Formats: sequence, structure tokens, C-alpha cells
Amino acid sequence: MLNVKTMADYAAANEMPEVLFWVGCAGSFDQRAQKVTRSFVKILQHLNIKFAVLGSEESCTGDPAKRAGNEFVFQMLALQNIEVLNGYGIKKIVTTCPHCFNILKNEYPSLGGNYEVLHHATYLQQLIDSGRIKLTDTAAFKGKKITYHDSCYLGRANEIYEAPRKVLEELDAELVEMKSCRTKGLCCGAGGAQMFKEDEPGKKRINIARTEEALETDARVIAAACPFCNTMMTDGVKAKDKQAQVKVFDIAELLAAGQGLETIQL
Amino acid sequence: MLTYFQIYLFIAFAAITAFYAYRGYNRIYKNIKLGKPENLTDNPSQRLRNMLLVALGQKKMFKNMTPAILHLMIYVGFVITQVELIEVFIDGFTGHHRIIYHAVENIPALRSFYVFTISFIEVISIFVFIATVAFLTRRWLLKVPRLNMPELQGFPIIDATIILASEIYLLTCIFSMNTADMAMHNGEYGFLVSGMLMPLFDGMTYTSIHYVERIGWWGHLFGVFAFLCYLPYSKHLHILLAFPNTYFARLTPKGYIANMPEITKEIKLMMNPDAAYAAPAEQPAEPVKFGAKDVFDLSWKNLMDAYSCTECGRCTAACPANQTGKLLSPRKIMMDTRDRLEEVGSKIADNKGVWNDDGKSLIENGYISVEELRACTTCNACVEECPVMISPLDIIVQLRRNLIMEESNAPAEWTGMFANMENNGAPWQFSQQDRLNWVKE
Ligand code: SF4
Ligand code: SF4
Repeated sequence: MLNVKTMADYAAANEMPEVLFWVGCAGSFDQRAQKVTRSFVKILQHLNIKFAVLGSEESCTGDPAKRAGNEFVFQMLALQNIEVLNGYGIKKIVTTCPHCFNILKNEYPSLGGNYEVLHHATYLQQLIDSGRIKLTDTAAFKGKKITYHDSCYLGRANEIYEAPRKVLEELDAELVEMKSCRTKGLCCGAGGAQMFKEDEPGKKRINIARTEEALETDARVIAAACPFCNTMMTDGVKAKDKQAQVKVFDIAELLAAGQGLETIQL
Repeated sequence: MLTYFQIYLFIAFAAITAFYAYRGYNRIYKNIKLGKPENLTDNPSQRLRNMLLVALGQKKMFKNMTPAILHLMIYVGFVITQVELIEVFIDGFTGHHRIIYHAVENIPALRSFYVFTISFIEVISIFVFIATVAFLTRRWLLKVPRLNMPELQGFPIIDATIILASEIYLLTCIFSMNTADMAMHNGEYGFLVSGMLMPLFDGMTYTSIHYVERIGWWGHLFGVFAFLCYLPYSKHLHILLAFPNTYFARLTPKGYIANMPEITKEIKLMMNPDAAYAAPAEQPAEPVKFGAKDVFDLSWKNLMDAYSCTECGRCTAACPANQTGKLLSPRKIMMDTRDRLEEVGSKIADNKGVWNDDGKSLIENGYISVEELRACTTCNACVEECPVMISPLDIIVQLRRNLIMEESNAPAEWTGMFANMENNGAPWQFSQQDRLNWVKE
């Protein structure tokens, strides 16, 4: 049981946290993504960073509705969230989901929600750069190949290509690139609310195509920075029956392992 | 006599061209103005930079070297050949022959510069020829996949071929004209490439060489005039529209999808019913329509995008949905938008400037299908790839809004997802009270 304080707790004690951790729906409810949430929290707690979550006061940011075309549902949720965030006087937000990151950073401002929003890749990179994160347990990674899968909403959408790679470089592993990466990175297939419906008729599922590119690199680990990419790539690896050889991890999980906060079997 | 005849002929040709070209370009301008207003004039220095780098400097083309270099050859050739056209025009209006050359022939430095310029154009033209043949080969023999997709069948592939063929036609005219001119004057001009081609005319009489020169000159000019009139009906319009289109491209991050202010207003009223009682009379005269169903509902920039599309298919080649065999092709989104706009525009023109609903729209009706719209992952690969900064995604999202908010046309899973989001603040059916359950390991 992790001991995590909510904004309500901080407000009751008349205190302000350094940063609000926006957990997101996947990070809250999806079993795989919950693990990532916990790894990230362990890193924050290990560094004694004063952070809060909204807990039951957090709602979906509205991203899947907005991208599906339902601006009503999006704005309803956004305006509710903004009311909560502004009510607490939030200034800085970090999130482990690129979709939450994109929408909070780009689409909330014109609705009245102005915050400094960081994706955890950038946040972790800043902690590494400032020397606060020191890796102690990188032996497990030594010489192992890791390939990073660019999330569309981090990469093309917001031009964050290097931060997640910098985080991975800390691990002493061998970073290998897929055939299409960075600006040309192939989507995992989840965005635009595709995650929540059946595929349209076609020859192949998009996550399979992307997993094939990842498998071509011979990497032991596929690193993701998005809960939806994580699900898509995990499903892809399973469909290819490679789950024994290839693992999908979030960069936060890998970094937590590098600090001895998690154990990871490679 | 003959000289005067030629001047009149030239002026007649020029006037006819001006008339048809004006009609063509004016049509495009009017059609683009059918779109909704959108203000895209902020930050002019960034806009200028985009235009110089992406349109003039071809920056985005260089993501893919082979076509970039071939395209650059034709592009540079096209621009540089216009220099020779200046003299052709003055000659045409005045009935002179190589007026600039004769003006400078006794000033050695200027004369050399003239000869250098024409020789340079000739050398560049050789490169244009090579590139044109390479492009025809890529399209027709190598069958590069993105140049042979279903949406290109019919006019688009003919259009592409017409332009490449006319490129070769123009080069043939230029070289016949220059070479014959050299042969008639015993090589006095000293042009580089036509100098080497001169022996081709060995044994021909002066009169027949003169005919060749005139045919080349008129042929070239006729080609240029025809090109000007044809351009507004062709994907090659991008040579002009690439400039405004990159200038007015959105400067926001690619992940940003604009919020709809009309909806903010409604939701604020819902969240604060007192305000609704305070201002009940403020009903808009026309019911607000959400999202886009037809070209009128899109912004003028979406419509300019449609006319700027080069049909190159870089977007479609990068599209994850298309790569995995889904029906969606972002290039087709742009082509359908343009074709529907052309249809609407010509119906308005036929009807003396008035639009009567034709019962059709951009969605379905042989244009963009619901299945295509549903397949998009909003990944921005198409936007990233486009060499002229078009956003097919922006159109897709606006059409999706119409399907969902006006037609209630959503797959069942999405309907359930919307309901969950409204009721329990998550796309899945979990209680909001359980959002902190992850703290338990
Ligand atoms: S944004 Fe949509 S149309 Fe564009 S490449 Fe991605 S999936 Fe294809
Ligand atoms: S939208 Fe852009 S990338 Fe796609 S075909 Fe048109 S010009 Fe090419």
C-alpha cells in the first residue's frame, strides 16, 4: 500500500505540493498501467518530491471523446477538471500519459486552464540532468538491447523525441531504433479513440505492424512512454508469441528498476 | 508583313491566355472563399520563415532523397527557364529577334553574361529532361506504390503524365529553337548545348532551319500559354499555392485540435442555469451546426489545402491505417474535398452565383466514407509528411464531429464510451471513487 496524498489532504493541511501528478484513466484503472503509476510514484517518493494526486476528484481529460468527434463530452469534462484544478490553484502538472499531457498542455488553456504541464519523460529527464536521480542497479540492463517506441502524442504532436531516449540512455543498455522512428514513428494504433472500438476492416492490425518493426530490432525490451502504446505493444508481442523473449515496459518502470525501486526480470 | 502578322498573333494568343487564366484562377479564389473564416495572420516572421524554408527551400521534400533531388532539378529548371521567357515575350510584343542579345552584343561583358545565362539554362534543361524521364519511369515502369493507388486512377494519373509530357515538349521546343538559331547564324551566339546539337541540321537549307526555329519559338510559347491556363485544373497548381499555403499553415503544435467556442457557451449555460434564465432571448437565428458535413463548413484554409495538394501520396504512404489495409487514405481526403468543392463551385457558377442545396455533401455521396473517417488514429503522420504543410487530419476531425454530434453516427463501443465518460468520468465503466485503487499493490 503506497502512501499518497491527495490535493484535498494538502488543502486541509493548508499546504501546496511541488507538483500535481495527473494519473489519468489508464493509470488509475488499467492493471498494467497501474504498475507504471506505482513505479513513477516510487521514484517521486524516493526523491522526497512533494506531490499530490486528485484521486476521486480527477476525471478523464476528455481526449478520446474529443478525437472521436464528441466535443460536448470533451468540454464538459474539461470544464469540470479546470474548475477543480483552478480551485486548488494548481500551477504545475506531471502526467504519465501523452494523451493527458497533450490535451492539458494544448487544449485546456483556451478553456481557462493554464498550467505548466510536463510529460513524465521530460520530468524524469530533468531530474536526471539536475543530478537528483542516480542509477544504482543497472547491471540487469548492461548490454541488453532496448528499443523505444515513439508515442504519436509525445513525438509528432509535441515534438518530444529526445527526453525519453535520454532517460533510457541512463540504463547502460544498448538503445536500438526501429525502422521507423522519431518523426516517422509508426503509430501503435490506439490513438483517436481507436483503443475503444474494433478496428475498421483491413489486412492487419496496426499494433501488429508496429510490433513486427520492434521485433526486427532484436531488442529484449520495448520501451513505451504511454499506457495505450504499452497495451498495444504488449498485445502485439503476445499475438506474435514472443512474450518470453520480449518485454514491454514503461520508461518509468525501467528507471525505477535502475534505482533499485522495482525488480524487473529480463 | 510577316513580322506584323506574328505580332498580332502573339498579342491575340496572350489575350486569350489572359482571359482563360483569369477565369481559372478566379474560380479557385472564389471557391476557397466559400470556406469559413479562420484567422491565420499572427506571427508573420514565423510564417515567412515557413514559406521560405518549406515552399522555396523545399525543406520537407528532403526527408526522401531521390524524389527530392529529381523534383529540385525540375523546380530549379522551371524557375530559371522563366528568364529566357522574358526575352521571348519582349520579342513577341515587338517583333524583334533576340532583342536583349542585340542590345548587348557590342558590350563584351554583357554579351558574355547573356551567352552564359542561355547556356546555363540549356544545361539545367538537360537535368530537367533527365528528371522528367526518371519521374515517368517511377510512375509507369517502377510503379512506385504511392503513385499507383486507387484514388489516382482516371484523371489524376493522366494529369501527372500530361505535365511530365509537356515538360519534354517544352524542352524539345527550346532546344529546336536555340539550335536552329545557332545553325542559322553559324554558331555566332556560342550557346553551350545547342552548339553541340548544331550538326543535326547539317545539310538543311537556311529556309527550312528558319522554319524549325519559328516552330520551336511558337511551340514553346504556345506550351507556356497552355500551361498557364491548364494549371488551375491540375494538381500542379501547387507550384503557386505552395507559397500561400505554407505561409498560412497553422503554427500550433500538431497535437492541438481547436476547441469549439460555440460548445463552450452551451456547456457554461448548462453548468450555470441561472445564466440561462438571464438571457433566454439570445437564440441564434440559424441553428448552430456542429462539425463539418460539406465544404462550406470547413475553413478557407482547409479548402486552400485541398487545392494545394500535389497528390504525391507521402501522407498516405505514412498513414498507419492505410499501411495496414484500411480504407483511409489522407491523400484521398484532400482530393475528395477538392473535387466536392469544384462540384459545388461549378453548380454555384451555373446558377448565377446562388447555391441551391443539391442534396449531397462531402460525407458519403462518392466522397469521404464513414468507414474512412472511423479508421484514423489521429497520429499526425500525414501532417508531418506533407511537403506543403497540409493537414488532412484537421478535415477528418471536423467531419467526425458532424457524424457524432449531428448524426449520432458512432460505433456502439464509442456510444458506450461517451456514456461512461459522462457518467463516471472515465472511458471504462469504473467508479470515479475507485480512482485511487492503484495505491494497493
Ligand atoms: S492522422 Fe489519421 S489520416 Fe493521418 S496518417 Fe494518422 S491515421 Fe492516417
Ligand atoms: S496532402 Fe500533402 S502529402 Fe498528401 S498527397 Fe497532398 S501534398 Fe502529398
